[in-house]
Amino acid sequence: MMSMSTAARRYAIPRTVGSHKARQVVNGFMTAVCGAAVALALVPLLSLLWLVVSKGAHALSLAFFTQLPAPVGETGGGVGNAIVGTLYMVGLASLIGLPLGVGAGVFLAERGDGKLGAAIRFTAEVLAGVPSIVIGLVAYGLIVVPMRHFSALAGAVALAILMIPTLARATEEMIRLVPRSLREASLALGVPGWRTSVSVVLRTALGGLINAALLAIARAAGETAPLLFTALNNQYWNVKPLQPTASLTVQIYNYAISPYAEWHEKAWGAALCLLLLIGLLSLIAKVAVRNRVTT
Amino acid sequence: MLERLEDAAHEDDDAATSRAPTVYARPRKRHSHVGDRAFAGMVTLLGGSVLVIVGVIVVACAKLATPAFAKLGFFRFLVGSDWNPVEDSFGALPFIYGTLVTSALAIVLAVPVALGLALFLTEMAPPRARRIVSFLVELLAAIPSVVYGLWGLMVLVPILRAVVEPALGRWFGWLPLFSGAPIGVGFLPAGIVLAIMILPTVASVTIDVLRTMPRALREGALALGATRWEAIRAVVLPYARRGVLGAVILGLARALGETMAVTMLIGNQPEIHASLFSAGYSLPSVIANEFAEASGAIHTGALAGLALVLFGVTLMLSSGARFLVRLSTRRSVSA
Repeated sequence: MMSMSTAARRYAIPRTVGSHKARQVVNGFMTAVCGAAVALALVPLLSLLWLVVSKGAHALSLAFFTQLPAPVGETGGGVGNAIVGTLYMVGLASLIGLPLGVGAGVFLAERGDGKLGAAIRFTAEVLAGVPSIVIGLVAYGLIVVPMRHFSALAGAVALAILMIPTLARATEEMIRLVPRSLREASLALGVPGWRTSVSVVLRTALGGLINAALLAIARAAGETAPLLFTALNNQYWNVKPLQPTASLTVQIYNYAISPYAEWHEKAWGAALCLLLLIGLLSLIAKVAVRNRVTT
Repeated sequence: MLERLEDAAHEDDDAATSRAPTVYARPRKRHSHVGDRAFAGMVTLLGGSVLVIVGVIVVACAKLATPAFAKLGFFRFLVGSDWNPVEDSFGALPFIYGTLVTSALAIVLAVPVALGLALFLTEMAPPRARRIVSFLVELLAAIPSVVYGLWGLMVLVPILRAVVEPALGRWFGWLPLFSGAPIGVGFLPAGIVLAIMILPTVASVTIDVLRTMPRALREGALALGATRWEAIRAVVLPYARRGVLGAVILGLARALGETMAVTMLIGNQPEIHASLFSAGYSLPSVIANEFAEASGAIHTGALAGLALVLFGVTLMLSSGARFLVRLSTRRSVSA
């Protein structure tokens, strides 16, 4: 109450003094300022999207999707191995990260009201804030150093760790959204508690879970920093977990910082591929939410 | 698999019954308790893995960093300004400086825009515009860092070098901030791209905070005859103050840890300059550039030490920010 009245004294009263007209003008002006902020925020976005599409479309061809990178000076070539590498590592990362993230979320929603739950919730927030480059460094220390080899596995582990906290939080929210009455109905019918959790509660939250999983996967596909010294890069095709592997993001980085104009063009092309991949995943995620089981 | 677990549950129960007849005290758990316990154990294990992972991150960084700290001393490492891997001389200051300057610039540029955008979306815009703009903000958040870096390098840097930096130099060249030759890459483009990247974070957290505000407060102000803007000044902003501060700190934490875009734009020179036009270096960038080729335990250790510093700072900032956001969104639940 006290704070409200001081707020009123500080802001409202001096502001409302003045003619109706003047107050309307101030209101209109500030509305315009906020609208301008929206416009200003959208300028870089539209510029970026336009350039990625226009310049990227220029670089695209069938060969771009199917061939290996060409050396400087040679025409043609593509980023086929990087596309496969990204899909491969993101797939591996999902195998590790999805069960951990979703499982942690289930724990937080169903049994997370005690001290352990609070500790895990806090730690998940900490993990969400850890810069991705630090996670890459840790994956290097734990996997690359003992194995003496840069590998797709190390990259996938780093990506999986990045997926866990967002997934855990989203899963917890989704499960808490499931009405209590559903769970109680199932328990009242004599269904065991764990079975209720799996085939009633999780089943109901499935659409939301798929949405969260796809968004986490899309985010992982766009990560560069954790791959720099885990998966490194590779000029050739690779689907072996213990070999260095190319990825779209690292390839974009290498092309972008090179001094060659034709590589810059390939960077735009690869960026378009990456955005299309992420866009596709997000689109499927939206559809998954729309089709989710409603109660 | 499920059937087998259930069978196991029955067997176990029967065995327990024959051994200890007092089990009738809890007959309702008969059909489920092994399955329940297995399920609980499994999810607890998966939840606990989060604790383990964070523990491992801290321990692994600290272990990698130990040789460097042992040789250089933690404090000297932190305030040393010379970075020369060839002579095993490592000081973190140029990187800390570069990280702070670019992040501060990003905050200064992003916060007013994010605040305006959030107010426009929650207080002013018609519903259809709201849907379009929030979709575009989501899009802004979904674009990978490396693509921002590419855009910055190919689009922003040439514009800055040819137009913006000479103009700033002409008018404000007397400020150390805008002195020196316009070279394009450096603190300025890194800060601008960081601002674009943290904008969706700051805006969406602010929007969340504004949405939790009770309608009655805003409508009360409007009913008293306040214009929309007066209602914002008098009621909305004071109400959301703490939450907005939390949003800003979250954005700052994100800016500090951002790697790729900064690495591509900051120029990668371990030097300290007052001018925003000059090239610098940041904590994540030097790790990204040097770690794969680091030679020797001291160099690797110094880079891991930088990671540890980065981890510590972002940890403090993000937990502080979440605390503030929670305070200001929880108040509405009780109100």
